[in-house]
Amino acid sequence: MRRSVALTAIATIGLTGSVFASQIAPENVTFVDDIEVPISLTGQAGDAAKGREWYAGRKLGNCLACHATTDLNELPFHGEVGPAMDGVADRYEEAQLRAILVNSKKVFGDQTIMPGFYVVNPGARTAGDFQGQTIMSAQQIEDVIAYLKTLTE
Amino acid sequence: MKCGGKGSLRWGAGLALASLLVGAGAAYGEPNDNKLVIDGQTLTTEAAAPEGVELDKLYSGWRFRSPETQELQTDDFENPAMVAVDQGAELWGTVDGSAGKSCMSCHGEAEASMKGVRAGYPKWSDKRGKPHTLETQINECRTDRMEADAWKWESSNMLGMTAFVGLQSRGMPVKVQTDGPMAQWHAKGKELYFTRVGQLNMSCANCHQENYGKMIRADHLSQGHINGFPVYRLKWGGLGSSHRRFKGCMENIRATPFKRGSDEFVALELYLASRGAGLSVETPSVRN
Repeated sequence: MRRSVALTAIATIGLTGSVFASQIAPENVTFVDDIEVPISLTGQAGDAAKGREWYAGRKLGNCLACHATTDLNELPFHGEVGPAMDGVADRYEEAQLRAILVNSKKVFGDQTIMPGFYVVNPGARTAGDFQGQTIMSAQQIEDVIAYLKTLTE
Repeated sequence: MKCGGKGSLRWGAGLALASLLVGAGAAYGEPNDNKLVIDGQTLTTEAAAPEGVELDKLYSGWRFRSPETQELQTDDFENPAMVAVDQGAELWGTVDGSAGKSCMSCHGEAEASMKGVRAGYPKWSDKRGKPHTLETQINECRTDRMEADAWKWESSNMLGMTAFVGLQSRGMPVKVQTDGPMAQWHAKGKELYFTRVGQLNMSCANCHQENYGKMIRADHLSQGHINGFPVYRLKWGGLGSSHRRFKGCMENIRATPFKRGSDEFVALELYLASRGAGLSVETPSVRN
């Protein structure tokens, strides 16, 4: 009985990507001083190669839309709304990168244009398919963090 | 900035290269300084920001486009929207509906009677108790005066007619009423402009007030003025209304869009028109 209740609870989390029992739900992410999220969202190591894909993918992170990145020079159309990500690993700790990705507004304030990638229904009128969904899954966030950590100068 | 970035490509010598450039940081940066002259008439693409609008200066969206796209608008023989204008001109004189009238039956030659009309819409209607857009005004004429069927918002007939009527105001400054009964519509539009929506949680202001001039992926962000609508958009391969563009923006940020002609989009259209007050009407404009 206890087992089936636990399974139901996991099933109803309904996030994109794989769901691990140890995964931290968006509403349960713990920020330290509003600038750090020290604990991995999944307990699984991030995959930098996959993170590079999510970072560039238009339907996923689409980070490149705003952040120019020399490491991705093979791709066209780097944005300039946000700062370039070259050397970002020298500027931020892993826990800070996680905090920024999960909910940039905690770190930079409400005025930032940057979306929170692990927040549910932040804006009004969220379209049907995206209601209750985060932009990236917990594991995708960890993968992107792993990728960002390779961007040293 | 290591990857090329601003300054690596400047207007002038690099123009021919611009359309070929696909590398990182192919940034156009600021609005360019080109002048919009059509048939010897110079249009105002830069103006002082109206009171209450937090922009240093107004720039027409034309100033953010590539020289290739810009050129399509400077010559009416090149402008792909002119096919629709011709369609509108023909409809103007065509009798339709059981009253046996055409637009011309009441309004005469559009070149005289429609001059300045586009520049003042949306406009308050006592009869409706709300503002008219050019589309709803045209449909009111059709149903009430001509006793003809209303046109759909995005139909080729409606786009042809709004383009044709709009052309009669080309070069005249946008100026809409924002006081009196329009004040609450203006306020509503302003509220919508600054409201963050969708999964990406962004407002119009985030891109078009705070980040205009910058590249967002392949798009060069403009200030989002609507002085050129209906616009021939290369991406659409045809004309579209401002409400179609609003809908596209909302979908991009993963929000459920309002409907064309909804009170929300009418209010937003009014507010945007007021933000662009002083820019020339460019209808029909060409954008990418």
